[in-house]
Amino acid sequence: MPDSTTSRVSLTLGSTLESVDTVGRTAEDFAQRAGFDPDTVPNIVMAVREAAINAVMHGNAYNPVKRFTASFQTSSDSLTVRISDQGPGLDPSSLPDPLAPQNLLRGSGRGIFLIRAFMDEVHFRQLHPGTELTLIKHRAPAQPAA
Amino acid sequence: MSMKVAIRQVDGVTILDLSGRITLGEGSVTLRDSVHDTLDKGSKNILLNLAQISYIDSSGVGELVSAFTSVKNAGGELKLLNLTQKVHDLLQITKLYTVFDIWDNEATAVGAFN
Repeated sequence: MPDSTTSRVSLTLGSTLESVDTVGRTAEDFAQRAGFDPDTVPNIVMAVREAAINAVMHGNAYNPVKRFTASFQTSSDSLTVRISDQGPGLDPSSLPDPLAPQNLLRGSGRGIFLIRAFMDEVHFRQLHPGTELTLIKHRAPAQPAA
Repeated sequence: MSMKVAIRQVDGVTILDLSGRITLGEGSVTLRDSVHDTLDKGSKNILLNLAQISYIDSSGVGELVSAFTSVKNAGGELKLLNLTQKVHDLLQITKLYTVFDIWDNEATAVGAFN
C-alpha cells in the first residue's frame, strides 16, 4: 500500500471494464494517501479512469489477448500515473476539440479533454505498438504559517 | 454500483429518477435504453432527475448529449434536474451547461415544458 512519501505499484490488466474499475480504485487509494484534498481526489480518479478506458476501448479495442499496464508513483510533491496499451497508437493532435461548437453535441470524444482538465501534466509517448499516457498531479505547496 | 432508473409521470412529463453511476458500459446503456423506451411509448417530454447520480464519466456525459439529441429529433424536450456539484462542474468544464436546460426544482421544471 502506498504511504505519504514515496511508493509505487504497477498493474498489468486485461482489456475489460472490470480492469478500469481496478485502476480507478488504485488511483483513489494513491491520491488519498498522497494527501490530495477531498475535492481533488475524484478529479484524479476520473482522469485516470478515462486514461484506462482509452487504453481498453480505443487502444486495445477490448481484445482479450492484449493487456494494458497502469503504474502509480507518489513522490514528496506529486502523483504520477502511467497507462500504456498495445493498440495502434494515438496522435493527440488529431483529436477534435470537444468545446468547438460543431463538436459540442457529439456523443463521444471528451476523455482526453477531461484528463487534461483534471491533471497538471499529460504526456503522450508512442510505443510501437501502443501508446503510453503519463498523468501528473502536483501537490499544492504547504502554506507558510502565519 | 450500476445505474438504476425509476420512472414516474407528472403533468404529462416523464420523470426518470436516476441513481448510481452513468459510466461506460452498463450505466450508459441503461440510460440510453430508458430514454428510447420512453420515446417509443410516445412520451416526448422527459426530465432526468440526477440527484442520486454519484458519478458520470465522459461516456456518461456523451450519453446525456445523445439523449438530448434523440429527444429533440423526436420533437420533444429533455431537461435535467438536481445536478450534484460534481456533475454541475463537469457540465461547466465541457461547456454543456449552456446546452442543457437545467433546473433545481421539480415543479418548476415540469411547468417549463411546452
